Amino acid sequence: MKKPLEELLVLEFCQFLAGPSAGLRLADLGARVIKIERRGTGDACRGLAIKNLFVDDDSLLFHTINRNKSSYEADLKDPDDLSKVKKLIARADIMTHNFRPGIMEKIGLGFEQVSSLNPKIIYGVVSGYGNEGPWSAKPGQDLLVQSVSGLTYLSGSAGDGPVPFGLSVTDILCGNHLAQGLLAALIKRSRTGKGVLVEVSLLESALDLQFEVLTTYLNDGGKLPQRSAAREGAHAYLSAPYGLYQTSDGHIALAMGDLQQIAQAIGADLNGLTAGDAAAFRNRDEIIACLAQRLITGPGQHWLDQLDAAGLWCAPVLDYEQATSNKAYEAADIEQTVLIPGGHSIRTVVCPLRINGEKFKSAIPAPRLGAHNSALNAEFELN
Amino acid sequence: MKPLEDFLIVDFSQFLSGPSAGLRLADLGARVIKIERRGGGDICRSLYTSDLEMNGASSVFHAINRNKESFAADLHDADDRELVTALLLKADVMIHNFRPGVMERLGFDYASVSAINPGIVYGEISGYGNEGPWKQKPGQDLLLQSLTGLTSLTGNAGSGPVAMGLSIVDMLAGAHLAQGLLACLYQKAMHGNGGLVQVSMLESAFDFQFETITTFLNDGRVLPLRTEKNNANAYLGAPYGIYQTADGHIALAMGSIPVLAELLSCEELIVFKDSAQAFDQRDLIKTILAGHLLTGTTAHWLSRLEPADIWCADVLSWDQLSSHEAFAALNMIQDVQMSDGYSYRTTRCPIRIDGELLTSSVGSPKLGQDNEQIRNEFNQIKTIHEA
Repeated sequence: MKKPLEELLVLEFCQFLAGPSAGLRLADLGARVIKIERRGTGDACRGLAIKNLFVDDDSLLFHTINRNKSSYEADLKDPDDLSKVKKLIARADIMTHNFRPGIMEKIGLGFEQVSSLNPKIIYGVVSGYGNEGPWSAKPGQDLLVQSVSGLTYLSGSAGDGPVPFGLSVTDILCGNHLAQGLLAALIKRSRTGKGVLVEVSLLESALDLQFEVLTTYLNDGGKLPQRSAAREGAHAYLSAPYGLYQTSDGHIALAMGDLQQIAQAIGADLNGLTAGDAAAFRNRDEIIACLAQRLITGPGQHWLDQLDAAGLWCAPVLDYEQATSNKAYEAADIEQTVLIPGGHSIRTVVCPLRINGEKFKSAIPAPRLGAHNSALNAEFELN
Repeated sequence: MKPLEDFLIVDFSQFLSGPSAGLRLADLGARVIKIERRGGGDICRSLYTSDLEMNGASSVFHAINRNKESFAADLHDADDRELVTALLLKADVMIHNFRPGVMERLGFDYASVSAINPGIVYGEISGYGNEGPWKQKPGQDLLLQSLTGLTSLTGNAGSGPVAMGLSIVDMLAGAHLAQGLLACLYQKAMHGNGGLVQVSMLESAFDFQFETITTFLNDGRVLPLRTEKNNANAYLGAPYGIYQTADGHIALAMGSIPVLAELLSCEELIVFKDSAQAFDQRDLIKTILAGHLLTGTTAHWLSRLEPADIWCADVLSWDQLSSHEAFAALNMIQDVQMSDGYSYRTTRCPIRIDGELLTSSVGSPKLGQDNEQIRNEFNQIKTIHEA
């Protein structure tokens, strides 16, 4: 089947996670994505390992984010390399970068400069904090953006101090927003015939991530989030029983639901805490503590059976082993194999979109630095 | 011109995942009509989601559904079905997040809708896909976080499972749906054909964890191990984390331990010279660092680290952030107004196109507020057709 972005050429000057994760999505949707990488070292993510894991000289992390792409190695300060890259740009549909504000303009590859080479180019920029304001030159790194955005006061419980989300959530959201912006720009270009500038920043993405709770804050006289004093609580703005509860053999999740029904299903005594308007909000912490006291006395499956039978929203809390070795995981067809030259292979996650009933898999690995220079030089007559 | 100007989106979805995709398309310029159940409407208007009610609906509903119209319909009523069908004939996109089988029973599944409008781009979000043992389970965010291992990444080693304190899986599924719809709309713009886009919260939750799951799958299936204290990422070495200071907190991202030791005048850390130690002995390093950082103020530490380009930041509450000039420079907040004049403040779309902010002053709709207008519009079209 034809993929939606087939025949589109994307040049990715981005490094690390946010920009390259958008590039990966476009690649999986059918676009041809070429990473333009710094001579000698390439995308800094090649050397950035998690758990010190490397595959074939590059970090496993780099392999995960950059599969299904090609690599063109260039020194943008070298006039010869720059002119080759400009020839590629003239043929491209999309280019993305995440240099700090001003750098690309200095090189001669700012949006306006590039538009004269290719008036139909779609130009995507990822920054940490936007192009203006006192933070525009600050490093756009996920944990730092989480920290300044207020996000760290939403997880954990009241006594915890700031608790960051344990993944690079602002990078990933920002990559998703960039992909959305680029796709919307393609639609716009199909109607106007002109290039489009798309800009996103980690901080704006971090704020968009909090749009529901920020809207509450902005219209509630500026009341700050109050995480539950009970450590089981899972959301600063939701009422009891919303939380993760210890059982005699693990943990279960209990989402929103009628407290009387829940108490009945598990045989808990809520001591009159549910009386009156909005009691589930007012008495949240006490109710959660009561439920926790009851749930720790029995095994998880027992409680889930009782709660399920009453149609209440609950689930077991699974670790990675359990989460990736069950029938639902298999049925969702989540894994694929990427083939590394030399006979290695990597198991990784598939693009989450299904289009016309099909998932888009690809066995193409992340490229070695500059792996496609000579082929691209020949194909696009860059020499 | 906004990219999706003149596009019509008919959105049957409720709660957060589907409606957040609708909101993104609306901000990109599309006209979004919510099809809501007569009587109650989108369950998010009233149920469980916030203890702040604003002008008759939850604050959360107002955040998610601004810049949309509302058409109240009973999908079992012949008159209403005729009008919804007329809308679908004109629509570029339809969205729903009913459980598998519901739209088939109602006759608005992809096969039926594409039979009358072959160019339609049809998007659906499910909890766990249309197959497999969990397909009838409720697709609720906390349950998805729990079933996909996500709760083993946040918090410290001894914390037990810790949820991310937002409906993160809902939002990612919505973001993925928006991408799929946009990709198909692009194809439609080029070739005229419609398409079916399916997203499940289960697949979106694993995509969110693509780095850590890939590590797990290729590292002998070793479970993620959070640090004992100051954990910010189970897979990264010291100093990655947030630390208490004499007057607040400081975030430290990646950085060389010996360099930090020198800049912070922390002699105890100087011995960790080998970069592998930053991961292998991260609990010990973090303990030393935590003790040391408590002895000075956040401003003091930042004044030593920032000039040396170390990745660090103050940790801010919303009050602190929103009074900062860097926040003002973003222009992130907008005022919107409902049809009855009620106005409220909310965030705007995070994407800028051609240097412009994608703002809109249109607030969320009252249930069924656009019924009459939409009915007239479509009756006119019908009259023209019949004449």
